[in-house]
Amino acid sequence: MMKSPQDNTTTKFWQSSLAIIWKDWKIELRKKSLLSSMLIFSLMIVLIFTFALDLDKSARENVAIGILWVTFVFAATLGLNQTIALENENSTLDGILLSPIDQTSILVGKFISTFIFVTIIEAFVMPIYYILFEIPLFSPKLIVVILLGTFGYTLVGTLLATIAMRTQYREIILPILLFPVATPIIISAVQCSNKILSGASWNQMSGPFNLLIVYDIIFVGIAIMTFDHLIKE
Amino acid sequence: MINLQNVSKSFGLTFVLNDINLKISTGQFTTIIGPNGSGKTTLLRIISGLLTPNTGTVTINGINTATHAYDTRHLIGVISHQSFLYENLTAFENLLFYARLYGINDINSRIKFVLDTVNLSKHQNILISTFSHGMKQKLSIARSILHNPPIILCDEPYTGLDQNSSDNLTRLLQSITYSGNTVVMVTHNLNKVIKLSDQLIVLHKGKIETNEPIADKTLETLIKEYDEITTR
Repeated sequence: MMKSPQDNTTTKFWQSSLAIIWKDWKIELRKKSLLSSMLIFSLMIVLIFTFALDLDKSARENVAIGILWVTFVFAATLGLNQTIALENENSTLDGILLSPIDQTSILVGKFISTFIFVTIIEAFVMPIYYILFEIPLFSPKLIVVILLGTFGYTLVGTLLATIAMRTQYREIILPILLFPVATPIIISAVQCSNKILSGASWNQMSGPFNLLIVYDIIFVGIAIMTFDHLIKE
Repeated sequence: MINLQNVSKSFGLTFVLNDINLKISTGQFTTIIGPNGSGKTTLLRIISGLLTPNTGTVTINGINTATHAYDTRHLIGVISHQSFLYENLTAFENLLFYARLYGINDINSRIKFVLDTVNLSKHQNILISTFSHGMKQKLSIARSILHNPPIILCDEPYTGLDQNSSDNLTRLLQSITYSGNTVVMVTHNLNKVIKLSDQLIVLHKGKIETNEPIADKTLETLIKEYDEITTR
């Protein structure tokens, strides 16, 4: 059966996204610098908070989700900076931009790579966090919220990191741009996670949960519509 | 054919290119020379589609690079002093990555062919972080011809090359032109201009000062003319 032009475009789009994911993973598996630095950074935050806040169980439950999201957000920002910095080496971004691909596939490839990197770190940190804080983190609802929060944060982060990479002070510019824009995602994710941990019903947590989904959808739209323009020059 | 009409480009308040009109014929080896800051690299980046001009149009074989960038990118290969290569991938993996982006069929045989062309087949499984500058430049050339483009744009490709690598690059560029491809090269090396070019463009302060065939120009006359233009 003949493939339609639409099928061909979609196939090429995913081929180029997968090529970028393959390349990012190949480099990371060889260098092991990104995952190790994110992991060490996350563990340091968790340990510092564990020993700095010598709290009783109820107080610990109150601050636990905040510390968890601080860890994830900082680790993700570190990861975003490094995955995008990779494309500054030998002007490889120009090499990619010269190729005949839909440039949104660069965003999709970079986003999926970073999302997987951050999710792996979260999967490592959560059991350690569970041991140190004695907080029941392994509820399916909480995992869904963490994935949705990570999705939104890394998506906005990938978009803004491409703007920041063209600037001289990339490492400073990214958090300055990212934190205000991603605040709605972080607030909804923290509120939602807190409610899940306190055993709230679906009605009580539906507000922040819906908000989190809406923000994710809005940012997907913004990213797809703007990336082509942001990546140029 | 590459055609630029009324192309201007500024960065902020600085005008880099001012009302450039230029036609480069198919199969021609054109060299662009000019002092630092004259707009050579910007001109090449505009032709390649990496930069968009503020005004004017660029067409390649009649296709507008701004409105149909996807179609014109197939036609261009770029050799730059930046290699566009990943240090932590092997030579083969770098080419494999770009071959996938270009949607090349029969990837393995094409990679083998371009690696043979630049004499790097023996080093295909070595990380390029261990390569010398000359080897990286060879691989960069292999990357640029991977999709067999009819137009090659070279931005100071001789930067940092030793005599041997430089001669190899010259031979390769000559063979590219002999096979009917168009080459546009930006360089400071006037010797290479005389040796390789059919057409010479002198760019100064964002304007084309000279656009003429090399014909039987000697290096001495070229140096004299160039000095006259750039000291105006």
